Amino acid sequence: MSVGVTAESACEQCLRRAWLIASLSGNIQISCSDKPGNRIPELLRLDDEDLARAVAPKDTDQVLSENTSISHGHRVAELIDSDCWACCLHDDHFPEGLRDGADAPRVLIGKGQGFPLADITMPATVTVVGSRRATGYGLEVSRSLSKELAASGLNVVSGMALGIDGSAHRGALERGRTVAVLASGPDRPYPVSHSRLYRQILESGLVISEMPPGIQPRRWGFPARNRIMAALSQMTIVVEAAYRSGSLITAEMAADAGREVGAVPGQVTVGPAAGTNDLIANGAALIRDARDVIDRFIGVGATPPRAKGPPLEPDLRGVLDAVERGCSTVDMNADFVARDATDVAVCLARLEVMGYIDCSLVGTWARTSLPAPYPPEDE
Amino acid sequence: MLAETTAFTIDGIAARPVRVEVDVQRGLPNFQIVGLPDAAVREARERVRSALVNSGFEFPLKRITANLAPADLRKVGPGLDLALASALLAAAGEISLEPLAGWAFAGELALDGTVRPVRGALAMAESARNNAAGIVVPPANGGEAALAEGVEVRTIENVAELRKLADGMIPGQRPEPLDFGRTPDLPDLGDLRGQAHLRWALEVSAAGEHGILIVGPPGAGKSLAARRITSILPPLESGEILEVARIASVCGAGAGAITSTRPFRAPHHTVSAAGLVGGGAPPRPGEITLAHRGVLFLDELCEFRRSALEALREPLESGEVNIVRASGRQTLPCRFTLVAAANPCPCGRGQEDNACQCSVLDIRRYEGALSGALADRIDINLAVKQPSAEAMAGPPGEASSEVRQRVVEARLIMAERYGEARTNSRATPDEVSSFRMEAGAAAMLADSHTRHCFSGRAHDRVLRLARTVADLKASPCIEVEHMASALQFRRKEQK
Repeated sequence: MSVGVTAESACEQCLRRAWLIASLSGNIQISCSDKPGNRIPELLRLDDEDLARAVAPKDTDQVLSENTSISHGHRVAELIDSDCWACCLHDDHFPEGLRDGADAPRVLIGKGQGFPLADITMPATVTVVGSRRATGYGLEVSRSLSKELAASGLNVVSGMALGIDGSAHRGALERGRTVAVLASGPDRPYPVSHSRLYRQILESGLVISEMPPGIQPRRWGFPARNRIMAALSQMTIVVEAAYRSGSLITAEMAADAGREVGAVPGQVTVGPAAGTNDLIANGAALIRDARDVIDRFIGVGATPPRAKGPPLEPDLRGVLDAVERGCSTVDMNADFVARDATDVAVCLARLEVMGYIDCSLVGTWARTSLPAPYPPEDE
Repeated sequence: MLAETTAFTIDGIAARPVRVEVDVQRGLPNFQIVGLPDAAVREARERVRSALVNSGFEFPLKRITANLAPADLRKVGPGLDLALASALLAAAGEISLEPLAGWAFAGELALDGTVRPVRGALAMAESARNNAAGIVVPPANGGEAALAEGVEVRTIENVAELRKLADGMIPGQRPEPLDFGRTPDLPDLGDLRGQAHLRWALEVSAAGEHGILIVGPPGAGKSLAARRITSILPPLESGEILEVARIASVCGAGAGAITSTRPFRAPHHTVSAAGLVGGGAPPRPGEITLAHRGVLFLDELCEFRRSALEALREPLESGEVNIVRASGRQTLPCRFTLVAAANPCPCGRGQEDNACQCSVLDIRRYEGALSGALADRIDINLAVKQPSAEAMAGPPGEASSEVRQRVVEARLIMAERYGEARTNSRATPDEVSSFRMEAGAAAMLADSHTRHCFSGRAHDRVLRLARTVADLKASPCIEVEHMASALQFRRKEQK
């Protein structure tokens, strides 16, 4: 499949804008070093000349003349060299979510040929974000939620950051389409440790950015990137976020842009879930699984009921129940079910083979998202 | 006049024979030592001179040349003092070495003539069996040297005792071999309350010599448990005792260190790669060689230098380490059981805890250490949490002696299977593929293998571990329970 646009698709005026922002990147960082989240949309709303004047008052003319001195052909050649494409709002393929915002980018630079850019329509797109410092629960929910959303044909947008974002991409890649929005140029994977994930996304998905190729990210670029993610989709889902997390900025931007906001609930005692629980308290949609999202998009009951795990013997159920209640080590579990630790260890291994639980890198056990064959008993 | 005798110098963990030749000629008073001596050997000139004079001998005011052969072997340490002194006395005509013809000498001299202990006396005595008629050692090394069979050993307290040689008598006493049958009091596993899973993991590790990694917050009993693992290991067999004692003695452990208890080494996490696996110039044994036939405990695994941990990989598999330096090469034994402990993150609380403020990068660095190629070679992984209040208030756990009994029985089954004293973790791939397994267990392993993308090594390691669990239950066949128990100990790489 092809993305439908090429390096030559964007018009000269719009492409110039991308290079201007890149050349002003340092000045923008200085002028909004205190509160990038609030100031960035205001700045990016300005036209070329006002933006240059606002962030680089001393050498406005120099910046502008340097920007205009580069020929359109030169920029297109640069895009071709780095195997990137560009699309501006004058093109039919430009994502509809970015057309209505005053601060939305005028041009997208992208890489990858996974699917047509025009397919990123608002109703067919969901943004999944969350904190970089995630718990095992958050990572699991992010992965399975994105996997099911992608399986139902939705495009999953995320920011390729560590933690929740990365696992959202991984989940979506298993079954369908995903879009990574970067704060760097689209040919520069950031963070570098996600280089392998970046290559996987390029194979079947798209990587987009408002920056020209070769640009390294600045701090202001992340909230700027967040506004693109928020605008692209009908709904932004925050999987896990502590107070004052960057993901909450994305949620706020989505709300400001008139999009829906969803949040995955977490334990009230857990720090990384404080932000998401707060969102729910303030009216965000409560998202438990993909069905909660799909009900809103496609209509109630549109998806077949989810697959259930294999049946469980009573002793395995007891151990699974203990894991669900937070008994993450064998000894805690054995204390809870009042059985021999060796037997419990055997049960855990069996549950793992069935797919009900997972073992973390530090050796603690946690529940996967596979539902048990019957609901847990009320007590 | 010319006189010669034999001494030994330590090279790695072996004692190499050195011919000590001393020539006393007329000329300006001078004392030279040639034959690649290190600084400690060169300084022997001053010690020998004072020791002889203070013991009532006359130091010849002549031109003295001492040659140490072979000239291309580097001679290290002060252990050659006694040999130099006796050859010098013989060359000066003050004594005759006739009664001790062909004997070797080992000992450092004090300025008053007292003979001080040396490193590696056991290795020297064993080497003397083939290279000398007998060996004279310091009194502090007597018991250790007498452990070597088939060699005559004498101890002398002071260089003055050499005067007996002038009267044609053999000086010194015959030492009694050291009694190593006694077992020192080891900390008991009973101190570990609750934590049944951790106790079981230690038992499996001890039975099959499987590497173990314990992850948990501070105070969960990780170090406490690790330091008690030697108390449940079977005692060293007699051949092993000498092997371990030889290494300990070469590395400077006192005579008290020779016991039938398996060695337990716990280097601090700042150790260098050379300190851990051996190295330096000339190459010297590292901690893993000192842990031979015993336990190497790495507390705070994630804080160790990456280079040090990576260096462990090959020795862990092969049971020996080849150290090659410009100044020489050594193959040193290092069959040890790796016991490691780590915190789940730099602050130790773990990410599930709200108080944990560790950054994403810190946590990734930690996870990197827990997921590398070294981790693939650790069979038993488990997470522990602080024991509950009820467990702490409860009765002490099962005593070490009872656990050790089960370990010894499992080892007997293993020895019968392999026809020699070998454990499951050392089973060859052929032996592993001949393990009998229930169909259900095989299916479970196959399922897990696909699910977690096991490497070939991981597959065999799970089988070895399952075999150990089965041996502890005295089952000839690996049952589903045993396989499950082994699988839940296996680290699962995140996909």
